[in-house]
Amino acid sequence: MSERLPHGSGRLAGPRPFPDAAVVELGKPQLRANLHKATHTIRNKRARVVDELPDWEKLRLAGSAIKSDVMARLPELLVQFEAAATAAGATVHWARDAAEACEVVTGLVRETGADEVVKVKSMATQEIELNEALEAAGITATETDLAELIVQLNDDQPSHILVPAIHYNRSQIRDIFTERMGDAPAGLTDEPRVLAEAARLHLRRKFLSSKVAISGANFAVAETGTLVVLESEGNGRMCLTLPETLISVVGVEKLLPSFTDLEVFLQLLPRSSTGERMNPYTSMWTGVTPGDGPQNVHIVLIDNGRSATLADEVGRQALHCIRCSACMNVCPVYERVGGHAYQSVYPGPIGAILSPQMTGVSASGVSSTLPFASTLCGACYDVCPVRINIPEVLVHLRQEAVDAHRGKPSAERTAMKAMGWVMGDRRRYARALRAARAGSAPLAAVLRRRKVRRLPWPMSAWTASRDAPLPATETFRDWWRRTR
Amino acid sequence: MNARDEILARLRTALGPTPSAPPVPRDYRVDDDLDDAARLETFVDRLVDYKAEVTRCTPDTLAEAVGAALAGVERLVVPGDVPEGWLSAYPGTAVADGPQPLTVSDLDDADAVLTGCAVAAALTGTIVLDGGAGQGRRALTLVPDHHVCVVTADQVVGGVPAAIRRLAPTRPLTFISGPSATSDIELNRVEGVHGPRRLHVIIVES
Ligand code: SF4
Repeated sequence: MSERLPHGSGRLAGPRPFPDAAVVELGKPQLRANLHKATHTIRNKRARVVDELPDWEKLRLAGSAIKSDVMARLPELLVQFEAAATAAGATVHWARDAAEACEVVTGLVRETGADEVVKVKSMATQEIELNEALEAAGITATETDLAELIVQLNDDQPSHILVPAIHYNRSQIRDIFTERMGDAPAGLTDEPRVLAEAARLHLRRKFLSSKVAISGANFAVAETGTLVVLESEGNGRMCLTLPETLISVVGVEKLLPSFTDLEVFLQLLPRSSTGERMNPYTSMWTGVTPGDGPQNVHIVLIDNGRSATLADEVGRQALHCIRCSACMNVCPVYERVGGHAYQSVYPGPIGAILSPQMTGVSASGVSSTLPFASTLCGACYDVCPVRINIPEVLVHLRQEAVDAHRGKPSAERTAMKAMGWVMGDRRRYARALRAARAGSAPLAAVLRRRKVRRLPWPMSAWTASRDAPLPATETFRDWWRRTR
Repeated sequence: MNARDEILARLRTALGPTPSAPPVPRDYRVDDDLDDAARLETFVDRLVDYKAEVTRCTPDTLAEAVGAALAGVERLVVPGDVPEGWLSAYPGTAVADGPQPLTVSDLDDADAVLTGCAVAAALTGTIVLDGGAGQGRRALTLVPDHHVCVVTADQVVGGVPAAIRRLAPTRPLTFISGPSATSDIELNRVEGVHGPRRLHVIIVES
């Protein structure tokens, strides 16, 4: 069925197979050191605040079920959202793909006469490559999130969905500010507090004078037409409050049926993402409030490959993602290669299942190799606040990649290389598995549930017993040891 | 077909004729099991953890507590409907927002802002503003670098679910958990970026 629905465009897939891109990133020891430090810091913080909630598993079950319900009722909920937001004074637009979304937003900015906009960090606008489109139209977009600002100043690409500059350490950030900010204070140190202060000064005047802001949204409430943005720095509040015009670009899957559902997600998201009980600021707005905040409010709902993803009964759970980034923070593959190797705005385990589905699993490029960029250790599933069974979808997409590849030996070699890279160092791999597994045996579970009789290609090519089913009692690691 | 109708049609095609989803289990905690005193203790603990300043007082000592929190503040902005009694021990100039709204540069010139709140969640140390009584519009609590917020004990509930259930969804809502902060540099929380760098919460218990 997915064949008949158009796939997405924008920054979702790069030209290079994953292993080729990964090899380049693996040659950067500083990058690996930075990633190791940051991902381990955040993992520990997350574990601490999650352990504090005795009902964490119940919240995950509720979150997962709410998202399943949203997907099943998506057309109806979108219509409800549109009606509620419109009644509250917002204008709702729809965009089939990245190009159309950029066109709509560019047109809205042009209408205001502004040639400058401030932006709140948003995955959707990165996905559609909005900044590039605005620039082509002569409009300067300034990213206001500290990490986004760092990445933008250095003409780089984000490498993590929550902390886009996770690949830089503090002294690299100091250097970027000193060289490229223009108004960086003399004698800037690499003290995080000092760096944050420099960003504050740099952006302050822009915040106070900007006429147009562009945001995304973490959640959109169908019942009330409300949009929700979680953030830390206050740059979000600045953008959502001070300008006259606010344009929010929102993926259709961001809906929640009712306002009360936020009580689940406002507990799941901050603890899973920054490892805090609550992020410093959460803003919610419903259309226009006279005398308070932007009076010209637009919402652009985008498809861009989401309907094609929804068509896959196994893969559609990827649309439940609330972009917390917990899965990348625990992923042994992400920790080693970083975000750039995935060549999509969505890196890590979620990227490995979301990007190929949004763009379609083709026979060339990164999209067909991404599902192999995993050890199937299951750590991502264990931490996912909405219980997306990432290993299950990976296995499913591997089978799809096999189908796309049938009769194309060069593609098979490419995927074998991806697998070989992941599994290359058995000791390291075993260590990663031991560290990451938290009690579940996802691969075995997946295989049992999905009634897969043999190991998914190309692992099947690696073992003499390729027709033997995986014994349910044996862990993947034990199986691997025994058969190697 | 226009974009709206085409997207809706695509989604219907994707879902097939009979999409269904299991019922949502809602057996998570909605209320805490803390008594009033323990709940306030928890609230204070969480606020301090975020590096917010906290003062506890009674209705009788509130003005004094506000005065102390605003020590050194020369220019204060307040919402038009701030309760007069809050300011009786404050010696500086309090500028009210409204009926003529203050400009952004007025707000930028202010040293601090004083408001109340709509509800507070103890377990996460969160204050929620909804633009209601004693809170003013959103820009007021955003631009000045120092936010002093008065919370009465009866406004403090347990966790996020209890807070959400007390709120009117269509008001402009701001959930505040500590001063502005960033985790963008090596994933360590650093207080003080664009929002108020100082948050001072005054808890009034009768
Ligand atoms: S897949 Fe789950 S863990 Fe990963 S970013 Fe999305 S919600 Fe978070």
